[in-house]
Amino acid sequence: MKKIECILRPGKLEEVKEALNQCGVHGMTVMQVMGCGLQKGRREVYRGTELTINLLPKVKIEVVVKDSLMEDVIGLIRKSAMTGQIGDGKIFVSTVDNAVRIRTGETGDSAI
Amino acid sequence: MSRFALKLKLLFLMMFVSIPGLAWASDGGGIDSGDTTFILISTALVMLMTPGLALFYGGMVRKKNVLSTIMQSFIVICLISVQWVLFGYSLAFGPDQSHLVGAFSWLGLNGVGQEANADYSATIPHLLFMAFQLMFAIITAALITGSIAERMRFPAFLGFILLWSTFVYDPLAHWVWGVDGWLRNMGALDFAGGTVVHISSGVSGLVAALVLGRRKGYGTEAMIPHQLPFTVLGAALLWFGWFGFNAGSALAANGLAASAFVVTNTSAAMAALSWVFAEWVHHGRPTVLGAASGAVAGLVAITPAAGFVTPMSSLAIGLVAGAICYLAVSVVKRKLGYDDSLDAFGVHGIGGMWGALATGIFATKTVNGAGADGLLYGNAAQLGTQAIGVLATVAFAGIATFVILKLVGVVTALRATPEEEDLGLDLSLHGEDAYPDIMSGSLLRGDYSPAAVPASSVMKPGISLK
Repeated sequence: MKKIECILRPGKLEEVKEALNQCGVHGMTVMQVMGCGLQKGRREVYRGTELTINLLPKVKIEVVVKDSLMEDVIGLIRKSAMTGQIGDGKIFVSTVDNAVRIRTGETGDSAI
Repeated sequence: MSRFALKLKLLFLMMFVSIPGLAWASDGGGIDSGDTTFILISTALVMLMTPGLALFYGGMVRKKNVLSTIMQSFIVICLISVQWVLFGYSLAFGPDQSHLVGAFSWLGLNGVGQEANADYSATIPHLLFMAFQLMFAIITAALITGSIAERMRFPAFLGFILLWSTFVYDPLAHWVWGVDGWLRNMGALDFAGGTVVHISSGVSGLVAALVLGRRKGYGTEAMIPHQLPFTVLGAALLWFGWFGFNAGSALAANGLAASAFVVTNTSAAMAALSWVFAEWVHHGRPTVLGAASGAVAGLVAITPAAGFVTPMSSLAIGLVAGAICYLAVSVVKRKLGYDDSLDAFGVHGIGGMWGALATGIFATKTVNGAGADGLLYGNAAQLGTQAIGVLATVAFAGIATFVILKLVGVVTALRATPEEEDLGLDLSLHGEDAYPDIMSGSLLRGDYSPAAVPASSVMKPGISLK
């Protein structure tokens, strides 16, 4: 099993969710996060005091998939999340030792 | 005709019969029902300004301090309401003592009744005049909280505000509005409280900010308003309530009230535009916070002039108010380095001073025969009189605030500890969280005594209190 964590532009969440659904990935965890990378921050002004904000809002999706699905899922996420501009985000992949479905006690691939 | 229609018709007839009846009833004792109705409503409008101010300020602080900021304004409503009926009103408006303060003869509203007091307002009940003035005493004390936000301890705040209202506001109100008060006798014009309300609160706020010191992290950490929609709603409520504040200060439902209403709205609008454009030119962004702040600056500046100037003059007053208050908060404050958290001095102090002087420039007897002509109408001396009023207010409010804070500081610590500031005053002083993300914690049963709760375990959601 692989865990795929992807950090996306907030506006791309729906497209990526739709794409994941189409390739049979129905379970996911979504978080609102802040982060910085290559994308430059922005400027804010409050009563004449200027601030540089370099943490920008992003959305993070975590999914755990069977090893065989990994390449497809990564391809779909890239395809649906890409705009070609700096700030499109990142995908991180790691190996997961096990998964347990709390309700039934199933483990491994059948639990995800 | 159905029975229902007949009933409606009867009801309609009764309304017509009863309205003249009300008018007759009010003729006795010189009380005018129109004036009384208008001032009752104006009093309620001015009351609403303080919760509006709570939102205006509450939106500008960080989210860990929003409740403590709102609490300061709210508790002032309660504290001054009690102080005023017990002795505050008597000190401010009671029979004159040496032109400086009112006598104690109206303690507990003794002798303040349903009849009019012709010295102040011949056509409304004296009790109503008292209540109207109470709302001014409340908002003035609450305005100071903008300078001390996010760092003052609550017990010290209560003591400070009670003493400040008693020893600064009440005498000052007497000087300017009380019969035989020395500034009133000198001919200083202050229609609705430019000196008494705005200069006094702004200058006292600045002194309090200097005595308390800067917030922890000021100048290095970003201290960004956490909820600007609150602030805009608060500014709108202030604007709305200000119609009662300024038009109501005519103390009658008449042409002067209408004139004050129009110049109030015009100045607020013009100042909002001028602040936004100043900011736009200076920083490249027309901000909503700037629009809200500018409107308040314009309202402050027109306050002393509201009953003495024409609508065209109010445009000029607003135009200058928006620009100079913007400069005060964005340039002067940064250069001088004081931490007037929410700019009570920058907006109310500076705007109030401009308004008081502008009254000496733009006042005309064509608007109000009981007033005076200003510089532009051939009476340069009025500007000098206004300047004396400004200087006296600045000196008195500034020195008295310093002394009161030092006295309170002897009894109890003025300032929250660095740990309390880090955690936020909502949790550390009030044991509440405005925006709990996760509802968690177990109920404490039985023993609620302070000893049962370890001092370190404040009521933070997510921490079990057992």
